[in-house]
Amino acid sequence: MWEYTDKVREHFLNPRNVGEVDHPDGIAEVGSIACGDALKLSFKLDENKRIQEAKFKTFGCASAIASSSALTEMIKGMTLEEAKKVTNQDIAAFLGGLPEEKMHCSVMGQEALEKAIENYQGAPAKEPGSQIICECFGVTDREIERAVRENNLSTVEEVTNYTKAGGGCGNCHDAIRQIIERVRAEAKPAAATPKLTNIQKIRKIEEALEKEIRPSLKHDGGDIELIDVVGNRVIVAVRGACAVCKASDITLKHFVEAKLRDLVSPDLIIEEVAP
Amino acid sequence: MKTVYLDNNATTQVASEVLEAMLPYFHEYYGNPSSMHSFGGQVARKIRDAREQVAALIGATPDEIIFTSCGTESDNAAIRSALATYPERRHIVTSRVEHPAVKSLCANLAGQGYRITELPVEKNGLLDMEQFVDSLTPDTAVVSLMWSNNETGVIFPVEKAAELAHERGIPFHTDAVQSTGKIPIDMKKNMIDMLSFSGHKLHAPKGIGVLYVRKGTRFSPFLIGGHQEKGRRGGTENTPSIIGLGKACELAARHLDTENSAVRRLRDRLEEALLVRIPKCRVNGDILQRLPNTTNISFEFVEGEGILLLMNEYGICASSGSACTSGSLQPSHVLRAMGVPFTMAHGSIRFSLSIYNTEEEIDFVIEKLPSIIERLRGMSPYWGSAPQACASV
Repeated sequence: MWEYTDKVREHFLNPRNVGEVDHPDGIAEVGSIACGDALKLSFKLDENKRIQEAKFKTFGCASAIASSSALTEMIKGMTLEEAKKVTNQDIAAFLGGLPEEKMHCSVMGQEALEKAIENYQGAPAKEPGSQIICECFGVTDREIERAVRENNLSTVEEVTNYTKAGGGCGNCHDAIRQIIERVRAEAKPAAATPKLTNIQKIRKIEEALEKEIRPSLKHDGGDIELIDVVGNRVIVAVRGACAVCKASDITLKHFVEAKLRDLVSPDLIIEEVAP
Repeated sequence: MKTVYLDNNATTQVASEVLEAMLPYFHEYYGNPSSMHSFGGQVARKIRDAREQVAALIGATPDEIIFTSCGTESDNAAIRSALATYPERRHIVTSRVEHPAVKSLCANLAGQGYRITELPVEKNGLLDMEQFVDSLTPDTAVVSLMWSNNETGVIFPVEKAAELAHERGIPFHTDAVQSTGKIPIDMKKNMIDMLSFSGHKLHAPKGIGVLYVRKGTRFSPFLIGGHQEKGRRGGTENTPSIIGLGKACELAARHLDTENSAVRRLRDRLEEALLVRIPKCRVNGDILQRLPNTTNISFEFVEGEGILLLMNEYGICASSGSACTSGSLQPSHVLRAMGVPFTMAHGSIRFSLSIYNTEEEIDFVIEKLPSIIERLRGMSPYWGSAPQACASV
């Protein structure tokens, strides 16, 4: 059984905004029945050009229905410029996270939104060079590139989780690998740090603590515990030998903070919890 | 909330008689059956009894029974033994609808240079016997075909297939995990060389399996170790589970008629009512050549996971062949092999009953399911644009 959050379950059992908007301003359908999920999204604008009403019809699993429901709730009241900035990660975060294998449900939501906005504004000319990479699920190189870029993906398996590409016969795995390498090579010089959701940030911090920081501290009989993350403030408690070490605040600033800035985000500030 | 358990092809409840038979052998009589002292010896006697009970269910002799840890181990042991017996042969015949225990093993063996023929099935899930015969070659080391399918319940004519393989000097293995205890099996009346089954599908616990090896069949062990199981499967016996399995087989023999009368009637009642009450649905797999406890029904234009989770809200347990629930992105390989269209395959639900199900439980499902399907179809972009005629077959 999938580990769904309560919010996913709640949106699946009581989906908001099911149906089709009458006389919609924008409408789009993505996915297909062969692929196992599909989403039809429609919206209507008010006099201030904000999204007044958004509705969905979805064929797919519980997380696809919950993602669609979440999306319609999120974009209500937004201008189209604001709505364009909604990412698949925002949808997943709204639901308190999705299982990795189900991230493609949030990507489908974002795609439907983008296409529905294009439908209203007049679709831009198709980007040249866009071609189908995954024949089984009809996924293009543009879609894969975007998922890799925005979600910082590094393996074929991750790409499959987010876009379904490569989840069928597997013939396109090499092509996907090449796209990953290309996108990651482009990303490096710009040093573009992807915007992390809070959950992702906390996970990355925990991972860095576990893999990079804790072993060094333990070597000297110390330890560290993550208490909270508030914005860019990382609140920690020191344990073991560190708790009685006079130099522990130097360790925190010069070692722990430097590591976290390097591995997670350059804006992080480390703080020790008040005793 | 009461649980309505209709997922017995996944696993079954341990029968209370089975549990009772097992309990003394955890704490009280914990001796090793191989020991020289009578404290262990009394356990060895119970294992001998269990072996007789197991053999009786399938018309075998006790020394043809090897206890293993699960159906998967039995399948692996059987196929690998045949390959070891005929090292010069490099071809395996199996089908496209096998359980992963056989299917994945064959895929793995293909990577080691074996040639695998995966026989296709027809729309009703049955084999084309002519094609089967054509696939057999002097290079074929083993044929492994399931007796009945876990997803659809469709029964293969394995006894006939075993004869045809034998005529050509090819050993025959069958995965009978879903058949044992549900349909009559009599190894005295067929030529099957090796047969696998598993305890937890017939009200014994998980973690105990059986490999039947016909007397005179050359056998090369998979687990090499002590002298247990006459050197055919090393490892200290799982004594409580073996004793439990013996009891479960005795019960299964007694309940075989119930499976084929009362359980079949409940299954038919469920199937008929759902087909009448819900438009655009159909049964997957041949409805005659089928296990009495299984029905696989597709509800068009909805996705199986949603159906399962909404049924779950009522405590109803079943399975689906949809992509979302398979853990992969494609619907079940069994339904795809049968050419079930995608609109149907994603919305397939398998109900599998046991002798412990009641008419009230079946009527509860018949009452709840139509509104569940209607609710999900109300959300589906494909519903409404489709013609509403009933397409049940």
